[in-house]
Amino acid sequence: MDHAEILAGGFDDPAAQSARAFRACLEAMARPGRIQPITGAAPPAPISPAAGAVLLTLVDTTTPLYLAPSQDTQATRQWIAFHCGAPIVPAEEAAFALGAWGALQPVSRFAIGTADYPDRAATLIVEMPGATPPSARLAGPGIETCHEACLPEIAAFAANRTQFPLGFDCYFSAGSQLWALPRSTNVEAL
Amino acid sequence: MSEAAYNFAYLDEATKRMIRRALLKGLAIPGYQVPFASREMPMPYGWGTGGVQVTAACLTPEDCLKVIDQGADDTTNAVSIRKFFERTAGVATTEHTAEASVIQTRHRIPEQALTEGQILVYQVPIPEPLRFLEPRESETRRMHALEEYGLMHVKLYEDIARHGAIATSYAYPVKVEGRYVMDPSPIPKFDNPKLGGNAAIQLFGAGREQRIYALPPYTQVVSLDFEDHPFEPSKADHDCDLCGAAQSYLDEVITDDRGGRMFICSDTDFCASRRADGLRGRLSPEEAA
Repeated sequence: MDHAEILAGGFDDPAAQSARAFRACLEAMARPGRIQPITGAAPPAPISPAAGAVLLTLVDTTTPLYLAPSQDTQATRQWIAFHCGAPIVPAEEAAFALGAWGALQPVSRFAIGTADYPDRAATLIVEMPGATPPSARLAGPGIETCHEACLPEIAAFAANRTQFPLGFDCYFSAGSQLWALPRSTNVEAL
Repeated sequence: MSEAAYNFAYLDEATKRMIRRALLKGLAIPGYQVPFASREMPMPYGWGTGGVQVTAACLTPEDCLKVIDQGADDTTNAVSIRKFFERTAGVATTEHTAEASVIQTRHRIPEQALTEGQILVYQVPIPEPLRFLEPRESETRRMHALEEYGLMHVKLYEDIARHGAIATSYAYPVKVEGRYVMDPSPIPKFDNPKLGGNAAIQLFGAGREQRIYALPPYTQVVSLDFEDHPFEPSKADHDCDLCGAAQSYLDEVITDDRGGRMFICSDTDFCASRRADGLRGRLSPEEAA
């Protein structure tokens, strides 16, 4: 990969574009399972544009990042080093993690916070093949009655919910679509 | 220095990222106070530095901002914060609740129901509901971790023992999703029922105390009470003297030195739109237009 490709693909207008991308992240986390469009990033494959925008918006030199084997290439490492500057660390030390669901296993490795500081928990950015078909029914804060969403599995998220207020929080990305599942959401199979 | 010399919405990007991460964790753990590295803002603590930082982290160039102070759009604090974001972010501003996409508020929730797509940002002086009962941060943090909220019920009980009713009338503590007890900022308890099941995202920023917390839409929020002393939202027992509204929260205004007084809506936009619709109160006779 040459330098031009590594240097490209960030936000052209960082303040405005990261503000818009953050609003997508905020709406997604506030309304679990609802799909938000998020654009502006063009990261090297296999990172999706949506996951790239989340990285550019939230990840920097102060947030250790775990790259799962599915997304861990020389090109992605170089792109993240230039655009975010995040230290790449083992799963146990990560504030953010990026990868396909299978490659992130076992998710029990990730930080779930402590009783005193439940916010010191990892945020997983899970690359998905698509945003459909819905596989789970979600209920909880942010959802008026219930909402259907596409999740890679059910059991891990149901187990994560039982740890509340501890637990990890997830973003799911496919193309330029973003949706989220905070630890507070109840998940059951459709 | 010109406005163009500032980054969009005043704060630098690294600071916004830090605030944004705190906001997202706040939404994931409704009612929990997330510590954040609050910055000095070009206004004193107590003037809404927490709310201003949250607003700055949320604003996009397309937003329309409304700022209210005790319900009013035209008070010093509201006007100066609105001007601050007009200059540093170049966003559109409004006084109409329905037109705004981001509303920063000090001590009120607008009368008009909020909708999806709106964000309500609260300025919070003391985010810790247990602080006046237990001054040590290490202790209150442990009390939240253990869900040890008995002290708060003792405080409400002492109100009943002393006054015959729960005398707390503002900053009335609530329990969020059956887990965290939260300070709703000094809103009157009249506004407490609007905290729960709200369609908008509610974000709370405390600048001096360096805490951010949040309520996602449609979150369950219950005001603490007792079976035999249920929570009662209260307001002055009058109608608005300008627009005649019977169901809005009222300010009492002394009008002379002989005991004259009037009651007017605290939400100036709500009152003005009712008057624009031709509704009149006791002291606002029909204009001879």
